[in-house]
Amino acid sequence: MPPPRCLHCSRPPALLRPRCGSPLCRGCFVRRFEAEALRSLAPGSRPPAPGPGATVAVAASGGKDSTVLSHLLQRFAPRLGWRLALVSVDEGIAGYREAALAAVRRGRGSPPLLVLSHRELFGWSVDELGPALGPGSRCTFCGVMRRQALERAARLLAADWIATGHNADDIAETVLMNFLRGDVARLRRTATEATGGTGDPTGTSRAVPRCKPLRHAYEKEIVLYAYFQGLEYVSTECVYAPQAFRGHARALLKELEAARAPAVAALGHSSRRLRVGAEGGGRVLGACRRCGFAASRELCKACVLLAALERGRPKVGLGKRALEG
Amino acid sequence: MCEAAGDDGGCGADVGPARRRRGAGRSYPRTCMKCGQGSAALVIRVGDPFCRNCFREYFMHKFRAMLGKNRIIFPGEKVLLALSGGPVSSAMLRQVQEGLSRETAKKLRFIPSVVYVDEGAVRGQSLAQREQSLARMETLLQATGFPYYLMHLEQALELPASILRPGPVTSSEPGLSYKEAVEGFIQQQRQKGNGDKDSGTSLPGPGSGDSAEGPLAASRLPAAALTQELLKLFEAVETPTAKEELLQMLRIHLILQTARTKGYTKVMTGESCTRVAIKLLTNLALGRGAFLAIDTGFKDNRHGDVMVVRPMREYMAKEIAFYNHFFDVPTVIAPPLPTKRRDKPSIHRVVERFLLGLQEDFPSTISTIYRTGEKLSSDRAKATCESQRCLLCLCALDLDGEEELALEPTLIMDELELERNGCCQDPPAAGAERKSAYIPLLCYSCRLTFKELGPVTTLPPYVRAEAQRRIHR
Repeated sequence: MPPPRCLHCSRPPALLRPRCGSPLCRGCFVRRFEAEALRSLAPGSRPPAPGPGATVAVAASGGKDSTVLSHLLQRFAPRLGWRLALVSVDEGIAGYREAALAAVRRGRGSPPLLVLSHRELFGWSVDELGPALGPGSRCTFCGVMRRQALERAARLLAADWIATGHNADDIAETVLMNFLRGDVARLRRTATEATGGTGDPTGTSRAVPRCKPLRHAYEKEIVLYAYFQGLEYVSTECVYAPQAFRGHARALLKELEAARAPAVAALGHSSRRLRVGAEGGGRVLGACRRCGFAASRELCKACVLLAALERGRPKVGLGKRALEG
Repeated sequence: MCEAAGDDGGCGADVGPARRRRGAGRSYPRTCMKCGQGSAALVIRVGDPFCRNCFREYFMHKFRAMLGKNRIIFPGEKVLLALSGGPVSSAMLRQVQEGLSRETAKKLRFIPSVVYVDEGAVRGQSLAQREQSLARMETLLQATGFPYYLMHLEQALELPASILRPGPVTSSEPGLSYKEAVEGFIQQQRQKGNGDKDSGTSLPGPGSGDSAEGPLAASRLPAAALTQELLKLFEAVETPTAKEELLQMLRIHLILQTARTKGYTKVMTGESCTRVAIKLLTNLALGRGAFLAIDTGFKDNRHGDVMVVRPMREYMAKEIAFYNHFFDVPTVIAPPLPTKRRDKPSIHRVVERFLLGLQEDFPSTISTIYRTGEKLSSDRAKATCESQRCLLCLCALDLDGEEELALEPTLIMDELELERNGCCQDPPAAGAERKSAYIPLLCYSCRLTFKELGPVTTLPPYVRAEAQRRIHR
């Protein structure tokens, strides 16, 4: 069998795209990758994307996804008519975040950069949770607080949208993880959000809408793109990652990808088309009684977790019972 | 897995990692939690000890409760049991036998037959091995006294295109609710006379194996040419994942066609809770998120006239294994699909390995996934009209509203372009349709599988015929 050639230009290929197996050379791959990212932001795309004139806060962690994301968005912003700002959240994890933040600062380009830290916002850094939480996993705290930190940053910057670097692998891992944990509420939410429904018919939601331009890009391709473009990023794994439940889902995903590459995209498709039953009804997003940010109950999750911490009962709000409703 | 011969620590895997195992010197038989008398023979669920008899009752009760709860099997209905020879379907057969033989009013009331599909050709069995499995299966089936059909997967190549179309839904007694049907049936039974205990649902006498393919002709293997054609089909498939999917598809089509032509309105398949959980994650990874409920739920009515039911879906694999062991349920195990060394594992294998491994450390894994699956609904999975129906799996197409990028993995690049680039080895034969013409007829996951099947010329004739009809209408 003759060696494969790039689909478009017949040069020797640099990779076989995992999603569909097509061979592409370096130049064509870079062009295709950028074109696809741009297309996922085109007006009228599902889910909706920011329109011209929008201010978009780009969540930049210094990792590969957000570095590629911020690189791409800075290139596209003039064409799309967006105003960009970078947001970085310092969770206070020693040995993980400092190097990444330094990379963000170095590579930021022209948009303004806002750095918020968990310690400033909530009074607790993730490292400090250790003594209070005991041997439990900190991912819930870190993630919930980071989400709110992004929210606050977006408000401070008067941003209309938040763009995050979630890639196809992240989305696939999330659906696997939610299935493994039995988190039906999240499964339902992912399905509705992906099709553009915000689950918020009255439009009174307090949450800044999100977009994920890299949602169809495989992690492999993001790394390759960053390599080809010489982008600098930090790829240390979070210190607490080994304890995370996501690790199981990630291990499964990597095996699935090795067995059949389109499985990652297929998982994304499945997550969008899941039909979750009506019981355990979805909640409309209201405002948290304590801090005013988006909440599906009286108190937002961040406030619940923080209140529990203050009272010395950090496990409230975690675990199985917390998943109900 | 160990029988608790006085050592309760043996089933420690089920007792969650947090509980400390009892010290070795202190093992003693636990008492059954139900009757409080017998000494426990096994521990099921998370630390529930049962003695043999109570376990048997529990097992049988579960089956009847499953059927009773769903109220789908009407009295006097003809039900076809799909037996694979494996542990779960064998246990299912035993449950039906036990249920029918009860003399109380709680007797099961449907009319069962059994079908077994010999897949030895694609599973790498030699002719002698196939004959042997068939002989064992036939003996097993004759002992049950139910009518049975011994089929060969090769017969799938002779299926009519109509199997890919749902049949008309006709209930035998239109307008009757389940309750009315049961009451009516009981009335009928009483009228038929009290002395005749087994009237109506009486099993044909033992040995009346109504092998549909002619007396004992079923045991004879099919023509070598047909076997060759089947092997060619499977060998042309590019990935083990697609092979598994193809096998499942051919098997279920063959069983359903048998049911349809012989007048069975229900097919019962043996899928345990463990298998359901594995299938949920596997199908998720195949892109069948929209169809999880219909693929794994108790009832699957996509074929219209014949409904597939899965009564074993709440039994854990462990319970089945112990039941079969305690009560001597015979099985005829077939080897798995053979794979070459250079092949990557199938998605099915990957998920199975992963889940069984995770279950060891977190004993509620399988049941959590199962319960998540229960919360999914099957509305909108059934197609409303032919243009919206997948050619192969008969579910509603799940592609509307998807972004172009999302659909990219499902598309076949134009074969002409491939030839130009020297990638395509076998240009399609003159006159044969292009593979890409099939794509619009398929749902997301069937498209992915279809891409990995061999050239169109190797596909089963019924698939090609139905596709041609739909492409050119």
